Amino acid sequence: MTAERSPTAADTELHSDPAAEPDPNVDTLHAAVSDSPRPPRPSAVSASLTFGWRALLKIKHVPEQLFDVTVFPIMFLLLFTYLFGGALAGSTSAYLQELLPGILAMTVVFITIYTGVTLNDDIDEGVFDRFRTMPVWQPSVIVGALLGDAVRYTIASTMVIGLGLLLGFRPEGGAIGVISAVALLLVFSFSLSWIWTALGFIMRTPESLMGVSMLILFPLTFISNVFVDPRTMPGWLEAFVSINPVSHLVTAMRGLMHGTATAGDVIIVLGLSAVFVVVFGPATMYLFHAQQ
Amino acid sequence: MTERTSPTNAVDRERDSSAGATSTVSTRNGAASVTGDRQQDRGARGTTNETDPTDTATTAQTATETEREHPLAIETTGLVKHFGETKAVDGIDLAIPAGGIYGLLGPNGAGKTTVIRMLATLLQPDAGTARVFGHDVATDGDAVRRRVSMTGQFASVDEDLTGRENLVLLARLLGYSRAQAAERTHELIDAFGLTEAATRQVKTYSGGMRRRLDIAASIVVTPDLLFLDEPTTGLDPRNRNQVWDIIRALVANGTTVLLTTQYLDEADQLADRIAVIDEGRIIAEGTPGELKASVGSGVLSVRLRDPECRDAARDVLTSVLDAPVELESDPAALFARIEDSDRVTQALDALAESRIEVTEFTLGQPSLDEFFLEVTDRQTRGGADRDATTGDEMRQEGVE
Repeated sequence: MTAERSPTAADTELHSDPAAEPDPNVDTLHAAVSDSPRPPRPSAVSASLTFGWRALLKIKHVPEQLFDVTVFPIMFLLLFTYLFGGALAGSTSAYLQELLPGILAMTVVFITIYTGVTLNDDIDEGVFDRFRTMPVWQPSVIVGALLGDAVRYTIASTMVIGLGLLLGFRPEGGAIGVISAVALLLVFSFSLSWIWTALGFIMRTPESLMGVSMLILFPLTFISNVFVDPRTMPGWLEAFVSINPVSHLVTAMRGLMHGTATAGDVIIVLGLSAVFVVVFGPATMYLFHAQQ
Repeated sequence: MTERTSPTNAVDRERDSSAGATSTVSTRNGAASVTGDRQQDRGARGTTNETDPTDTATTAQTATETEREHPLAIETTGLVKHFGETKAVDGIDLAIPAGGIYGLLGPNGAGKTTVIRMLATLLQPDAGTARVFGHDVATDGDAVRRRVSMTGQFASVDEDLTGRENLVLLARLLGYSRAQAAERTHELIDAFGLTEAATRQVKTYSGGMRRRLDIAASIVVTPDLLFLDEPTTGLDPRNRNQVWDIIRALVANGTTVLLTTQYLDEADQLADRIAVIDEGRIIAEGTPGELKASVGSGVLSVRLRDPECRDAARDVLTSVLDAPVELESDPAALFARIEDSDRVTQALDALAESRIEVTEFTLGQPSLDEFFLEVTDRQTRGGADRDATTGDEMRQEGVE
């Protein structure tokens, strides 16, 4: 029974700092393994909220991840307003009224990528498999992550709108208009995220996922009506812009913020959101179950 | 159908292992003479399982009939999983009763983890069936997940969160109220010696702390069946012993453990029965004693004070032991596979007479490598061994 020839004993000493690592307490150990009756299974909502809480804890421990949602929108807003504002709209303040809803949409649409990246990280780390072996409503791990993301989107929206107001953004739709625009944006982003969750299962590394997502999002956000009036573009480009979901989102948000939105504008965005969820929700869950 | 080892036996075995080299020699001698005559039939049995898969299938069937009221903890028939062209698992039959520790032993890539992942509902089998406490893993995953828990490289904890947060998260997901979750977390952290580290992010943990937290995370609700995928890989001996203590405490409480390991001595220390897996197939199955006895009595390792004397020592040992003596990478060490452990004392005497100073010697079981080479080698020589029909072969003949 000698252990001398075993590879464990001799070759692999990772960490051993006896002072820092008290032994497990044998008495409490036996108590701890013996009395743990299984509580009733939590509801789907409760499980999703618990996963949402996890996402918030991750923000707490890794606050750097908020860098993207705060610094980038501020940079973009200042840059475009003062660099191009005068040239594009005659004055920076006139341009800001058009630009701000677009920048807001663009910012939040971009950070939806992190949903997929986080998921991909979880799979890599192995924590995802632990959740999958637990008797909880299986989609709750993804729904919870998306709920946590909604918090991130809200933070980003608050930043952009706050800065906009300071710079002279005056929404004619008032507080209600702004809040409904943000609400619409959250619905759209939540729905769009299912694309990234599906991709999160397909791509092997967070880096490659990030690359693919950027490849999709750059054209979607820049070839849109965020920065300039599409009527100034060549016909073929204008055609793309007019079917781009981000353009529809920005049109509806501008309308809501300035009090000129039609029901049609909003319905198109809600319809697109529904399509995303209906197509990519089941695709995500299929990939979830096929996960190797 | 199983030789059950009670927790008391397990403790005895542990004491055995902590004894010094000298007393190990005497134990070895005793063990070798007891098991010597069983050697042949065990060897033949390992071969039997491999060459005729219906043999193990029959075992599983018989077990189901006799234990209908108490379904087996794990029962698989013809389990197969491919990854592309590779057959990761290639027809595995297991019948593991509830209680105790069952070991899956094999090298990296043998298919151990894939078997566990299928049993834990993480992978769908491509062919064959797997049942956990009577629930089919493919069609009744939720019922399986209510009985099992998993720890290993593929089921870990969130490194960004603290140890406490991880446990509270899992407790909440399992349905505990906020207060109950906090209480259960406290209890586990205390029991697993993680109090100091509880409020630190898991990514700052040492290997041993991390592994204890992994296991704590798996028993927030004590599972009926716990999968432990290489629980001590990469741990130092002290941490490894701690993990073993935890596993034994769980088993004493009634949890069934399915353990995968690359280390023969770990399987030996913990498991009541072992299946040796290679290239997705079971190539030997039995109690640790049976398996070890099947590959000869062991290995003598000698370490010299003066590396210069190694060639001389090699000559002395070769002549006394009448067996090939190999050099280890340590310039002062050499080892020999031995069939007859009585010659060990003669060999050491001979070294002393030649004035070759020995600083250390051990008479141990074969390493997994040696054990493994022996078993796979025997497998390729299959025909010859099958002729050595013994009591264990009777069953196979009955089938044919």
